[in-house]
Amino acid sequence: MTATSADIDERVKSESLMVRLMKRPELGAIAGLIVVVIFFIFTARGNMFTLSGAINILTPAAQLGILAIGASMLMIGGEFDLSIGAMMAFAGMIFGACVVTLGLPLILAIPLTLICAAIIGLINGQIVIQTGLPSFIVTLALLFILEGASLVGLKALTGGSTQLRGVRDATQEDWLAPFFSGDAFGGLFRWLAENGLVDTFNNGAPKVPGIPIEIVWAVGLTLVATFVLMRTQTGNWIFASGGDRKAAENSGVPVRSVKTGLFMFAACCAALVAVITVLDLGSTDPKRGFQKEFHAIIAAVIGGCLLTGGYGSAIGAFVGSVIFGMASIGLTFTKIDGDWFKVFLGGMLLLAVLFNNAVRKRVTGER
Amino acid sequence: MSDPIIHMERIEKHFGNIIALAGVSFDVIAGECHCLLGDNGAGKSTFIKTMSGVLKPTKGDIMVDGRKVTFDSPRDAMEAGIATVFQDLAMIPLMSVTRNFFMGREPTRGIWPVRQFDVETAKRVTMDEMRKMGINLRGPDQAVGTLSGGERQTVAIARAVYFGAKVLILDEPTSALGVRQTANVLSTIDKVRKQGVGVVFISHNVRHAMAVGDRFTVLNRGRTLGTAKRGEITSEELQNLMAGGQELAALEGSLGGTV
Ligand SMILES: Nc1ncnc2c1ncn2[C@@H]1O[C@H](COP(=O)(O)OP(=O)(O)O)[C@@H](O)[C@H]1O
Ligand SMILES: [Mg+2]
Repeated sequence: MTATSADIDERVKSESLMVRLMKRPELGAIAGLIVVVIFFIFTARGNMFTLSGAINILTPAAQLGILAIGASMLMIGGEFDLSIGAMMAFAGMIFGACVVTLGLPLILAIPLTLICAAIIGLINGQIVIQTGLPSFIVTLALLFILEGASLVGLKALTGGSTQLRGVRDATQEDWLAPFFSGDAFGGLFRWLAENGLVDTFNNGAPKVPGIPIEIVWAVGLTLVATFVLMRTQTGNWIFASGGDRKAAENSGVPVRSVKTGLFMFAACCAALVAVITVLDLGSTDPKRGFQKEFHAIIAAVIGGCLLTGGYGSAIGAFVGSVIFGMASIGLTFTKIDGDWFKVFLGGMLLLAVLFNNAVRKRVTGER
Repeated sequence: MSDPIIHMERIEKHFGNIIALAGVSFDVIAGECHCLLGDNGAGKSTFIKTMSGVLKPTKGDIMVDGRKVTFDSPRDAMEAGIATVFQDLAMIPLMSVTRNFFMGREPTRGIWPVRQFDVETAKRVTMDEMRKMGINLRGPDQAVGTLSGGERQTVAIARAVYFGAKVLILDEPTSALGVRQTANVLSTIDKVRKQGVGVVFISHNVRHAMAVGDRFTVLNRGRTLGTAKRGEITSEELQNLMAGGQELAALEGSLGGTV
């Protein structure tokens, strides 16, 4: 497609890359990340900023990131889901039951888990849409229902102990397991070690055996979500549904389907994290995902999502998760008492909300 | 006089025991601006909602190109070429002009799963259409929230026309605007009319109506007091009709008497 020069407003061109970046919703999160990195460069002991230190931070950050991408898409669409943390416990139970109790292979167990999650997301979405109640209260109810159901279910499955073990034995041989557990790019890291490009143990094996699979998933999902938001019709519908439901409906946007789909996507993200962590630890328990809904929403807000919907980014949510991970793990590398973490987190959240509010006012021209 | 694109015949609308419309007839011809005047609460919004498929009339007929139709939803009306710019505009301030312009009707290219929102085309068309309407955007990514009220009206109008509106209904587009912005919107209406679109311009301001109107219909308490052509009626007479038609007898001669 070629546009003649007359088709392009001369002032469009003059908008430099820098100015365009300044307008992106994840700007605040990236600035925040730089500040946090600088803070730890000055306070943390050496090995935080090595490859293995980075992997240490990025692994939990990626798990949170997958959750936060789902949460941020839903927030951009104008809704909340407080049940995604409990969804992790519930999906973990379903997955554990499939693998251990029923002995299903992963090719069946994972889709079944995702379908269950999607159905719960569908229920959340339908209640919110049909009743017009705030998603806040509806999903709060689901939080307790799922938490309770996981407890009851796990007790029944384990005969009372609530911790379901034996996942690792059941999945060790499964050909699908490497896509959801362990490290990716192991060969690459061995090659790097042989050529002396990464740190190695005495026996020559690389200290970092590969990229933990959750990091690959989180990066992949961030890219897909960003593509959907920025470059597809669905993306425009998500922004529109969250920006002004009525205006979107009047313009022919299928707001109900969009919102329901986002609830289902958020639930599936939670289920994916559940599958990854259950495979990683080899067991599941009803406390899995406890309070993770708040962490995900905090990461999304730090990443530039507005609480009122219609604005935000998936990249921002991922960066928000990295800030979160860096702060929680990073403190252990410093002399600072880890108990300060929550103070830091609250302060970060407050700053982010103030910043986002200012951005919103500038974008909407409101004074 | 050419045949009307849309003809509304003795439309009634009851809300429970409230009779909001008590038999209103109205038509729109291509390339004209037909003003619907009336005081607050006269039933103007209710009437155009029946025309745009938002409300179903309790009684009365709607004819499009001479054929009787029923609109079950705003979509039906839109498909028949009747586009409405409501008082709340259906614009999203946080989104860019381009994204708003194509909201719900995004151009796409490629095939699934890589079917993309054709952002380049969307941006180019938006800039072009806005320039045609006399608005030079800073850029296609400019947020609607940073536009003035008049510019927002113009985006909404340009959008409706671009997507093939034959009849464009504007519900009080000038009521919240200052003098300069009103002038801009009125000149936009003039441009649209010259493209052959039939414009329904709703207002309670006689001066705004007189500035662009070709025909004038006054609503009062759910009834129409007749339709007059430009030049057959003065501002004072319209003003009086809106106020309740006390001087109806004196004016009867000057009305077209289409009812
Ligand atoms: N949904 C509704 N239910 C009951 N009464 C209504 C409804 N919509 C409008 N009305 C009444 O119909 C009358 C006309 O209203 P409206 O069409 O909004 O007037 P206008 O747009 O001319 O100011 C008013 O008296 C209003 O109270
Ligand atoms: Mg009105």
